Amino acid sequence: MKHSNKLFPKDLVMESLRESFVKLNPKLMIKNPVMFTVEIGTVVMLIVTLYVWFTGHTDQGSLSWNVAIFLMLLITVLFANFAEAIAEARGKAQAESLRKTREDTPAKKVSLVGEIFTDEIKVVSSSSLRKGDIFVCEPGDIIPADGEIIEGLASIDESAITGESAPVIREAGGDKSSVVGGTKVLSDHIKVRVSTEPGESFLDKMIALVEGASRQKTPNEIALTILLASFTIVFIIVCVTLKPFADYANTPITIAAFISLFVCLIPTTIGGLLSAIGIAGMDRALRANVITKSGKAVETAGDIDVLLLDKTGTITIGNRKATNFYTAKGVNQEEFISLCALSSLADETPEGKSIVELAGKEVVNKLSIAQATMVKFTAETRSSGVDMPDGRRIRKGAYDAIKKLTEREGHSFPEEVRTRVEAISKDGGTPLVVALNSKVQGVIELQDIIKPGISERFDRLRKMGVKTVMVTGDNPLTAKYIATKAGVDDFIAEAKPEDKMKYIRKEQGEGRLVAMMGDGTNDAPALAQADVGVAMNSGTQAAKEAGNMVDLDNDPTKLIEIVEIGKQLLMTRGTLTTFSIANDVAKYFAIVPALFVASIPALQAINIMKLHSPETAILSAVIFNAIIIPLLIPLALKGVAYKPIGASALLRRNLLIYGVGGIIAPFIGIKLIDMFIALFF
Amino acid sequence: MNTAIAGVIATYGITLLLAWPLSRYIVKVFKGDKTWLDFMSPLEKLFFKISGINPKEEMNWKQHMKALLTINLVWFIYAFFVLMFQDKLPLNPDGNPGQSADLAFNTAISFLVNCNLQHYSGETGVTYFTQLFVLAFLQFVSAATGIAALVVVFKALKEKTTTQLGNFWDIFLKTITRILLPISIVIALIFIFNGMPASFEGKDTVVTMQGDTVNVSRGPVAGFVAIKHLGTNGGGWFGANSAHPLENPNYITWMTEMVAQVVIPIAMVFALGLFIQRRKFANIIFAIMTLGMIILLIPSMQQEMAGNPAIAKLGIDQAAGAMEGKEVRFGAAATGYWSTVTTIISTGSVCGWHDSTMPMTGLMQMLGMMLNCLYGGCGVGILNYYIYIIIAVFISGLMVGRTPEFMGHKLEAREVKIAALITLLSPFLILAGTALSSWILVHYPDINWAVKPGAWLNNPGYHGFSEMLYEYTSSNANNGSGFEGLGDGNVFWNVSTGFVLILGRYLPIIGPVAIAGIMASKKYVPESAGTLRTDSLTFGAMTFAVIIILTALSYFPALVLGPIAEYFSL
Repeated sequence: MKHSNKLFPKDLVMESLRESFVKLNPKLMIKNPVMFTVEIGTVVMLIVTLYVWFTGHTDQGSLSWNVAIFLMLLITVLFANFAEAIAEARGKAQAESLRKTREDTPAKKVSLVGEIFTDEIKVVSSSSLRKGDIFVCEPGDIIPADGEIIEGLASIDESAITGESAPVIREAGGDKSSVVGGTKVLSDHIKVRVSTEPGESFLDKMIALVEGASRQKTPNEIALTILLASFTIVFIIVCVTLKPFADYANTPITIAAFISLFVCLIPTTIGGLLSAIGIAGMDRALRANVITKSGKAVETAGDIDVLLLDKTGTITIGNRKATNFYTAKGVNQEEFISLCALSSLADETPEGKSIVELAGKEVVNKLSIAQATMVKFTAETRSSGVDMPDGRRIRKGAYDAIKKLTEREGHSFPEEVRTRVEAISKDGGTPLVVALNSKVQGVIELQDIIKPGISERFDRLRKMGVKTVMVTGDNPLTAKYIATKAGVDDFIAEAKPEDKMKYIRKEQGEGRLVAMMGDGTNDAPALAQADVGVAMNSGTQAAKEAGNMVDLDNDPTKLIEIVEIGKQLLMTRGTLTTFSIANDVAKYFAIVPALFVASIPALQAINIMKLHSPETAILSAVIFNAIIIPLLIPLALKGVAYKPIGASALLRRNLLIYGVGGIIAPFIGIKLIDMFIALFF
Repeated sequence: MNTAIAGVIATYGITLLLAWPLSRYIVKVFKGDKTWLDFMSPLEKLFFKISGINPKEEMNWKQHMKALLTINLVWFIYAFFVLMFQDKLPLNPDGNPGQSADLAFNTAISFLVNCNLQHYSGETGVTYFTQLFVLAFLQFVSAATGIAALVVVFKALKEKTTTQLGNFWDIFLKTITRILLPISIVIALIFIFNGMPASFEGKDTVVTMQGDTVNVSRGPVAGFVAIKHLGTNGGGWFGANSAHPLENPNYITWMTEMVAQVVIPIAMVFALGLFIQRRKFANIIFAIMTLGMIILLIPSMQQEMAGNPAIAKLGIDQAAGAMEGKEVRFGAAATGYWSTVTTIISTGSVCGWHDSTMPMTGLMQMLGMMLNCLYGGCGVGILNYYIYIIIAVFISGLMVGRTPEFMGHKLEAREVKIAALITLLSPFLILAGTALSSWILVHYPDINWAVKPGAWLNNPGYHGFSEMLYEYTSSNANNGSGFEGLGDGNVFWNVSTGFVLILGRYLPIIGPVAIAGIMASKKYVPESAGTLRTDSLTFGAMTFAVIIILTALSYFPALVLGPIAEYFSL
């Protein structure tokens, strides 16, 4: 999928500009109380301007000044609308580009003919597919809709969704049975049942979330809106009471000045950007190829205290690899290696392949397993191997399985092999004991390869206050070794699906928020229980329904990114609120002296910016107040950078930049604007 | 160093030295540990037995507030009627008349809410009976009410998850029997030995050196003045308050009164840290409060000690400072210090006339009351500070990338709503009140009230505006001091400030208790490295910034038209 990294692509800007005017509709504006009051102020200013124009009275200031204030207020509202519109447009565009891949492709629908269920295949449009319909796909077909494979296995190119070019295998049953509309079948033949109604896929839901139709304010957004509304009320009080104060002081104040003071004081900056910040959070998640089912999920991600991570694929690279061959006393090393290789030649598991790889080409090329009988791994014997035509029975398996096997045949288990087995386990490896005709020959060491850079990421998480927990099916000894080596805080060994659930419940019972990633149907309850449950797109429908996010890349390390996106979202809200309120100090110093200096000349002393005239002072403050909104749109869309430096240091940093900066910046900005417009007054 | 400044520093130092052991003692009292005042317990048990209260019954925050408001209503009705009919009651040697309904309303409320605005003069407006059994009684119970509400918050902060916040009556009664009463007795004894009257006889007659006969009011003053300061009440026995020679005879009583009024507010801050076992958290609150006080104190003292340039221009020596409205036995520095302390905490007693202080000092006095949380009144100071903490936690919690939490509990829409309401209450009451009075003054100067609006102000212009602004600020802060130039003894001021007093008292008590109660009932969230630390200096600075910016933004225009314009015009 193509990522558009430009913040303001031209077509989106044009569309957003149009939207900015549509959003002036008071019915839409009222959702944002801060900007709604600005809109009311704008309407009042329009009336005042018309009054001045038609009557020619100058008691409300000159016509040009009134027009200027009116226009600037209108622009303030439009800028705020534009911020929201561009955020929506970007999110929508991103989602659309994902959705486009699945638009109207021909679908080979399997339909019921007569009374007997026959596989009559009709080609229909993908848009006519309903939930429960069944279709088939052959090599080269584009899968017309999201669904679950009910028959067959196929390799599928998912690059249209994930950007990953390597094909993936999807098959009926098990945890990899899901296919996504828009992806392409490369080989084989599958029968698929449609799992969603058209327009109800996760992507559709996400687009609706972004568009605003079904967008609901998140709990934290509501709380912040309440706070901002109360600040707005305080400033209504300040401005309304100023009228009798001014009467007392014998100072006439124009309506334009009142409204300007009010609009400058209320937190328009954060009020105008608040919904854009929320949408941008979901959009950033989508750019990371994560579909969120609600804005709340992104917010919650920032609060996550505990991350449950599967060992395989997240902490270690895929599967274990053979790293060493250890022989029993009296066994020839080379012979042992060829035995190991023989037993694994037909073994298609990654472990088996790695044994052959470790044995080396020279050894392997000399071997042949023609006419040999393969002995497959079963849960009962817990070993696998090969019976050679020459009567050699080679077995490899877990320590206790082979031990049982040899002892049954009356052989003893060599002491030095047993010590080796223990040593390997302690080092986090998996010992694989090899027996020839039930006599122990030696042991293969399999080791997990920890992903490079993963322990740095865990360190980063720890500094964020997030505890990492590794989930693995390994025995506790191995698990502990890998946990220490990778730097996770805790681990669940020999984990069964219900153990995850238990762990989540325990942490939640202590008040922590837990995130996990899963794909299988048996992960579904835990995904639903977790505060943030990320289902892999390749996972089962049940898993995808249970979680509150879906990762299109099936990348288990994505959780870490999601936590940072959540934190960024919250931080952006906090810092822009701080900035917005800190701005007021300078605006006061611009406007208040301007209001009273005519009748109380002594107040020239608090005109510390030495602004040109009362009119230019007020106009400069209003202009600054308006243009700061578009200037901060990039920050709102990209989010404030998260640095894992500890909460207090982070607060100090943000307070300095956005608090102190927020006090200083408008002094400079207003002064510059005043110097400029003084040229015209 | 100047002895006047040394005296101020010594007084503050003594306050701190006493506040620390007092805080330990207070914590023991409310934790139910053994103290040497346990001999009071039979008395308490008797009280509970008579009133049929089970002091072991745990209450949630709503039950606490119900108890608090109910008993306050009872006291109000009692005080209102006794004040109106005081002329018919005993202990009235000077034959003072009963109060008018609007004055009794204002007086009853203002003592009930720990404000002591006093739109009457002690010598003529009340009797010994009402001074003792209404006013002094209310001075005890109103201080105890504030402390009890704060202790409820302490209990809420201490527990991980609970709705059981102790018993209101138990906390309230112990505040009086174990804290206020014993300390008041000690203070009263100091006063008596320094010449403060403690007599039930009526006016005395003195023949001055010029041969004039002067009637001198007196009464059981010492005990009254003790609780007046200890309970941060501030209502004087005499009209001239602690500037009156019989209410504040010498520097020792000055120091005692000064220490008495700040010692509980400071001790409660330390007690917070000890009670919830977060000493650092409390120490930082203390540091921020002290910093705020110093910022207000330095300009006040400097301005008062430097004298009035307008008078200096007339060729009158200002070496002693701006001595208009000050007592020679205290001087400019001490009066400056008192004026700051009495306004940051909600005492509102005066040892010199605030109306006569320099414009900058007046600005600092008003700011002190607008902030109303630098130590603050008994119990309520920390409750006010708590609201600012909530706002600071909300904004800074977001800035560290988590949804906000405080003391292990999530801060959500409901609590923010309450905090937001309380935050906008003060600007609303102060500004709307001042706006209303300004409007009446400008548009209806000739209404036929006891004092015509046109004659309200002793001073025209900015200072007159300050007088009105000060009156509402003082009412809202439950402070009780006044820019006494204002003609406030009439229906308009009695009723309007009366309502400001009620709202400015009870909502800022209910709000924090409700927030603390709701938060305490939530699931406990353990701290992690990503959690905002509220016991850090950074967070202290954040709270300080929130306090300053919110206050500045709310009142800047009004202050500009009052003291700031006056300052620049001087």
